[in-house]
Amino acid sequence: METVYKKPRLLNDVTMHYCPGCGHSLVHKLVAEVLEEMGVEERAVGICPVGCAVFAYRYVDIDWIEAAHGRAPACASAVKRLWPDHLVFTYQGDGDLACIGTGETIQALNRGENIAVIFINNAIYGMTGGQMAPTTLMGQKTSTCPYGRQADLHGFPLHITDIAATLEGTCYVTRQAVNNVANVARTKRAIRQAFQNSLDRKGASFVEVVSTCSAGWKMTPEQANQWMADNMLPYYPLGDLKVNGEKK
Amino acid sequence: MLLKGNEAIAHSAIRNGCDGFFGYPITPQSEVLETLAVLKPWETTGMVVLQSESELASINMVYAGGATGKCVMTSSSSPGVALMQEGISYMAACEIPGLIVSVQRGGPGLGTIQPSQSDYRQAVYGGGNGDYRVIVLAPNSVQEMADSVGEAFRLMFKWRMPVMILSDGAIGQMMEKVVLPPFKPRRTDEEVRQQCPWAINGLGLLSRKPNFVSSLELDAAVMEKRNRAMQEKYRAIEAEEVLYEEYMLDDAEYAIVAYGSSSRISMGAIDQLREKGVKVGMLRPKTLWPFPEQRIGELGRQCHALLTVEINEGQMVRDVRYAVAGQCPVEFFGHSGGVMPSPEEVVDKMESIINNR
Repeated sequence: METVYKKPRLLNDVTMHYCPGCGHSLVHKLVAEVLEEMGVEERAVGICPVGCAVFAYRYVDIDWIEAAHGRAPACASAVKRLWPDHLVFTYQGDGDLACIGTGETIQALNRGENIAVIFINNAIYGMTGGQMAPTTLMGQKTSTCPYGRQADLHGFPLHITDIAATLEGTCYVTRQAVNNVANVARTKRAIRQAFQNSLDRKGASFVEVVSTCSAGWKMTPEQANQWMADNMLPYYPLGDLKVNGEKK
Repeated sequence: MLLKGNEAIAHSAIRNGCDGFFGYPITPQSEVLETLAVLKPWETTGMVVLQSESELASINMVYAGGATGKCVMTSSSSPGVALMQEGISYMAACEIPGLIVSVQRGGPGLGTIQPSQSDYRQAVYGGGNGDYRVIVLAPNSVQEMADSVGEAFRLMFKWRMPVMILSDGAIGQMMEKVVLPPFKPRRTDEEVRQQCPWAINGLGLLSRKPNFVSSLELDAAVMEKRNRAMQEKYRAIEAEEVLYEEYMLDDAEYAIVAYGSSSRISMGAIDQLREKGVKVGMLRPKTLWPFPEQRIGELGRQCHALLTVEINEGQMVRDVRYAVAGQCPVEFFGHSGGVMPSPEEVVDKMESIINNR
């Protein structure tokens, strides 16, 4: 019998700590698959964040550095400059990348660091139990905006990916999702493109993955997927924002 | 060569095979980054030089660069070093080698841009969270600035931890004659792989388990075990790495304890006091951690009184009192920074200690 699908070798055979329905496990699998297909594990360094993906090093079987909250792009900048032939990527959530680490994110991208940034946007702080994130939608309820996000109290969601596309240092900026099979396949292609750009030193690549947080959103996984499609995707539309340094 | 202390740091880093410097401008240390920018070592030795967006980014670049097994460093001054404390704590927790050069200015806050030693506690006790230590070297001349870089690189890889060169605006800015160390090539990737099997760089991954660094440990018992192992390392460092210099201590009845700039001032005071027939000498810690506690304890038995001279409001004096453990009085003299103690003031202070005995 022909094997048509199997667990990637680089995805460890351990129970993940992620909640049912969480997008992280899918994106981890895609990262493992892409690294394996590219055959670059002996020159790959991942930088994991503070947030739900803090334990990424337990699941994807390569060398990882765990960064302080928000500092992954600074870490990745140093690693790539010191190891110019390596594939260097960060894996970050919205609080890490677009709030406490906004400075590092924008500066590393604008320097044109030859790194790939994978950005999981679930519009909430998952790890700490569902607080308001920089990408929380207007009106969305969280534990720190229990009556819904309001402009006068909380300001507006940050369009960090759109900002990334305006920076001269980025070569590839895209927004994807993992809520259905077709989107999972597109996200995998995007990660592969970003990783290849790092190896080819084409500049900074930025892959946003719009995702769910059923625990933080207080929904079933199915409801969360639907809520994401109905509310997140109109605000964070999927597709490429910049390819080969050209804005779309 | 005639160089500023800060320039000597830059030259010495290149000559000692440094792989990367990550820094942000701040007075009075900017000459380190400026000198590296002029020397362009990326064209000769391949050393990376990057002006980062903040001291926060700098220290995290050093954290990650050190985690890959490379020989990396940063330099800054007081408010900038304050911003780096979180990263230094992470480096200590993850046992990552890296050099931080701190060219102190007056504080607190923005303070003055003039020389000070008011970051003794920041360096020796750390401002980051957790039970950790940093090896602190305290040069008192441009020559020692140049020499301390190679020594710091050796120590940070030997013990796998952050090492700080604690200088100040006077030593950083003053020009003196200096003999630079001979050129030492940067290590090859293969040498890095052999010397740092713990490093995060992917090398040889197919024939080993993956490496990772993380300071997070949710199991408190495992965390304590990890912390205790680190404490054992610190005890070994205290036993092996204490450095100090003695000046006229053989027959001393009184002794000054001073490091860095204030040791230079104190030497002038001691020469004046000796001319007056006062039997006074100096112990100069060259490492502030580990601290020459044992030798200072011996001086507490030998002398009638000790005096610390510092360019701050009295920081190291507490460590000296701890080492002396009540065997003799330990007095303090200093100015808080920018305003420098003069040898004459130190002479007056010592004479008043003697007269009030």
